[in-house]
Amino acid sequence: MYVAVKGGEAAILATHDLVAEERRGDVSVPEISVEQIREQMQLSVARVMNEGSLYDEDLGALALKQTQGDLIEAAFLMRAYRTTLPRFGSSVPVDTATMAIRRRISATYKDLPGGQVLGPTYDYTHRLFDFTLMANGEHAPAATAADHSLDAAMPRVPDILGDEGLMEAEVPPQHDPRPFDLTRDPVEFPAGRDVRLQTLSRGDEGFLLGLAYSVQRGFGGNHPFAGEIRMGEVAVSFVPEELGFEIDLGEITLTECQMVNQFKGSIEQPPQFTRGYGLAFGHAERKAMSMAIIDRSLKAREFGEAAEYPAQQEEFVLYHCDNVEASGFVEHLKLPHYVDFQGELELLRKIRREQKERLAERKEAAE
Amino acid sequence: MICDQDQPKVLTVLDAKKDTARQRWMGVLARASAAEIAGLFASLEDRPDYQIIKRPETGTLMVEGRAGGAGQRFNVGEATMTRCVIRLTDGRIGFSYALGRDRVKAEQSAVLDALLQSGDQRVVVLQNGIGALERTQKEARELASRKAAATKVNFFTLVRGDG
Repeated sequence: MYVAVKGGEAAILATHDLVAEERRGDVSVPEISVEQIREQMQLSVARVMNEGSLYDEDLGALALKQTQGDLIEAAFLMRAYRTTLPRFGSSVPVDTATMAIRRRISATYKDLPGGQVLGPTYDYTHRLFDFTLMANGEHAPAATAADHSLDAAMPRVPDILGDEGLMEAEVPPQHDPRPFDLTRDPVEFPAGRDVRLQTLSRGDEGFLLGLAYSVQRGFGGNHPFAGEIRMGEVAVSFVPEELGFEIDLGEITLTECQMVNQFKGSIEQPPQFTRGYGLAFGHAERKAMSMAIIDRSLKAREFGEAAEYPAQQEEFVLYHCDNVEASGFVEHLKLPHYVDFQGELELLRKIRREQKERLAERKEAAE
Repeated sequence: MICDQDQPKVLTVLDAKKDTARQRWMGVLARASAAEIAGLFASLEDRPDYQIIKRPETGTLMVEGRAGGAGQRFNVGEATMTRCVIRLTDGRIGFSYALGRDRVKAEQSAVLDALLQSGDQRVVVLQNGIGALERTQKEARELASRKAAATKVNFFTLVRGDG
């Protein structure tokens, strides 16, 4: 247990100065700007926005600058800032079917309406260093543009199979209820799909990736296919109470993943593919894919599957995937625990003393 | 709460979806950069007098998604957003709502929204400005789409051997 301490003000102020100096690094090297981070470290910014659970690219970039690129500390800054702001309301649920697509691939269909669009990806790079980035810098790289835009309508891949009834349906529950909000209410178990998806959305990418990997390796019993991954811009709209009609607030970048998994059927329902869903801020494919695999593994209860593995146990996953909470608890061990430790030390000494006395008594009795 | 007298407070979902000229320009203003809004504001020949009803304020909006894209609603995470309400001397009320934290843009957009509602002469110039911004936004979307289209791929499936 942590017992409060006081004092140390001078040392704490000095450490603030020292960390500021460390953060700046060698002053003969130009300082990096928030705009540079926002534009050139976009994937880190996306991760900070996801785990900080706040979409704001400028703040994501500032958080990275302020924390020397420590992603979890940066997410913590986002979470802390968010608590200082009033909540104006909730958006109309975003419609990913109308996404302005910049990337869209399917591992299940070769030919699909709208086509496969690689977009900006490192998938087909050789993973070899490009030393020109170090030596000369980039000269305003220019991407090729095709003569025509992509098709206006890009159906979501599971919806294609859904038409044949081969895919588990995703339909809103009766009356399309407002979703649970874990920033307002405590999570209870068994947790609904809305609770699980919100928790996974802000969950640590590394933790979810590891769990998703465990599912694929057999600790979860699913064989997923990436039905579709799409990335691009989606309009966010909102109905202000004082106006009473829907307003377009601008757009955000989202990555969506639809995992298709093996069949499940019942007496009423013929066997069909089951689904896992992932949605993340920015271009965050690994996160969206991991989330989709875990979303499916957490459906174990609904499908009557034995929850034998960590990735299927919702309490385990939902309580441990939040890296801000996790690092808070692990890292609080750094704070002074002097009183606690002294207590344990005293106890250990007492045990040793008593053991020694007992041994001495036994020896005496034997003699 | 601010209540625009011209608008009934409770509307049906159908009404909320309606695509009016005002919804269109409010969307264009929200999507424009702070610099573009400042440019449009500066292009006004005489600055209107207005009173601030709700000062520019930054808060958050909970972004909702749907499981599978079309199923149960869930909260994805919040986004920053800024809003502002002003009143012109003729009584017209202007609103602005946009993602992000730019307060100057919020106040200027609210003034532009109020002006655009009036039958004022200035409106023609403003409407042209909105039209130009809308075209810029559309062109940027199209260019991004054409760049993505250049990466469209056809994979060929190879016949797999028995080995």
